[in-house]
Amino acid sequence: MKRYNEDAKLVPVPSTNIIPERDVDKSPILECRHLGIDFGGLTAVDEFNMAIGRTEIAGLIGPNGAGKTTVFNLLTKVYQPTRGTILLGGMDTAGMNTVQVNHAGIARTFQNIRLFSKLTVMENVLIGLHSSMKYRLPTAILRSPAYWRQEKGARERALELLSIFDMQDLAEHEAGSLPYGAQRRLEIVRALGTNPSLLLLDEPAAGMNPSETAELMENIVKIRDTFQIAVMLIEHDMSLVMNICEGICVLNFGRIIAKGTAKDIQNNPEVIKAYLGTRKEG
Amino acid sequence: MSVSKRRAILSMPARYAINGVLMILLVVCLQALTASGALTGYYTKILILVGINIILAVSLNVATGYLGQLPLGHAGFMAVGAYTGGIFLKAVDAAQASGGQYVFYVIAAIVLSGIVAAVFGILIGIPALRLKGDYLAIITLGFGEIIRVVITNIDSVLGFDFTYGASGLKRIPKVTNVLNVALCIILTCLVIHMVMKSRHGRAILSIRENEIAAESCGVNTTYYKVMAFTISAFFAGVAGCLYAGNLGSLQPGGFGFMKSIEILVMVVLGGMGSMLGSILSAGVLTVLPEALRGFSEYRMVVYSAVLILMMIFKPTGLLGDYDFSLSRILERIGIGRKPQKKEAAK
Repeated sequence: MKRYNEDAKLVPVPSTNIIPERDVDKSPILECRHLGIDFGGLTAVDEFNMAIGRTEIAGLIGPNGAGKTTVFNLLTKVYQPTRGTILLGGMDTAGMNTVQVNHAGIARTFQNIRLFSKLTVMENVLIGLHSSMKYRLPTAILRSPAYWRQEKGARERALELLSIFDMQDLAEHEAGSLPYGAQRRLEIVRALGTNPSLLLLDEPAAGMNPSETAELMENIVKIRDTFQIAVMLIEHDMSLVMNICEGICVLNFGRIIAKGTAKDIQNNPEVIKAYLGTRKEG
Repeated sequence: MSVSKRRAILSMPARYAINGVLMILLVVCLQALTASGALTGYYTKILILVGINIILAVSLNVATGYLGQLPLGHAGFMAVGAYTGGIFLKAVDAAQASGGQYVFYVIAAIVLSGIVAAVFGILIGIPALRLKGDYLAIITLGFGEIIRVVITNIDSVLGFDFTYGASGLKRIPKVTNVLNVALCIILTCLVIHMVMKSRHGRAILSIRENEIAAESCGVNTTYYKVMAFTISAFFAGVAGCLYAGNLGSLQPGGFGFMKSIEILVMVVLGGMGSMLGSILSAGVLTVLPEALRGFSEYRMVVYSAVLILMMIFKPTGLLGDYDFSLSRILERIGIGRKPQKKEAAK
């Protein structure tokens, strides 16, 4: 595994950091340099440069089709990038697959919910905790003490995680039968089970009403504070983004058009143009 | 509120003990029935066939019901197990062995058959499981046929008689009886149950439910697909060995495509992902053609009609994905659950 090296043979990146002050002295958890991907002749994402602090909540916004989810898919190696480097905690993720990236510390949720819908809520979280249990197949077949110890530990941990969203009473319900909002929350819990250092949320507030969104905001901040992890989220709900994101990155046509704090973004003419268009002259 | 909706008063060891006693009771009953001569040879034969089909259906259920793939080469693994067991039993001349040695040979044959079939499972699984759905069905179908054709054509290897090709492997010691079939069923179900109720089993289920999400949860999908496939092949091999010891002679033609389909029908009819469903439908579908002997030439028509009606009126299979659970039954009759939790659970 290549270690991150300041004077590696990479083209120097223009100041990409929108890292909050408390994280500046630590190396960023995620750093993308010149990241890009082509699908055939179509360049979906290009020159994506960004860094996220250890405990930062970062937002990735942009109009439909801007390439936001593609960025998530690049980070989690659903797609292998055509160009550029992704450094996770200083470690180059080149050549890793989705599973390895997850073990290295990136967990995600999906825009269209992907729960294990026929399994119970508890089982969903336990699958998230899969890698935290270490016992092997013979141990499981013989039901040795290691099995009981680890299963019990995992179940307690699962309930603890579910209690973040006050969902521990739903543990034995079928995941697919939960209301929409609860399914979204369960996906976050499941992702947290993999013990990430960076949590990627793809439209966590989609389909939620304002009070649910407000609650979600609190919970995202709470998750960051309790687990001391970085959160990166894609969201169309601007109140959520502007309220909790410390650094925001605006994407349009696969390129970053603006980066900075909520205030910077709101006053950026490029962003206004991308969202609202320009007045026709004449 | 506490979350112990399912926490039973009955402790885990107690439930295991009840299950264990029930199993021992079943084996003792079967043994008493056959030993006392209450079952004629004909019924014993059917009972053994039912048992072998149960193992086949339960093992295929791992790959179809739990992993969610559709392999059509199950008879191939059964053939590998059957020939391994048959050749081994003949080579050591198990029929002439006495007492302890005989038991050892039978156990060794069964385990060996399972292991060889599992090795084939790994070899075939690694390339085949890169595909999905109908592509996987066709490639496993191909592999199953390859196994059958190879067995037909390697009648002698390096001058030793091996599978005897199309004329069939004959005079295999008849070691299969109701007792060892019953024990194999119990062990098969036990092992598969233990695997499925562990982190490995949950990983296999997660692949069925959503492969992309499984990967993003850190589940190594390739590894678990091959694992499920291998477990499935192992027990198919065990069933094959019992089959060889039951018939006493093997013909490669018996392990064709139709045999795979027959097993698949049992799984689908029983309900994919339900172990009890596989057991019941293996029983029903083995007994049905025998029970319909009175209809002579119409019996296969009736058999097919039963399948069609079943799929029309209950497409999820006999039991859907319901599975037997002792604790649930105990809860229902009021032993296992704290009574005040009942309202809370609603």
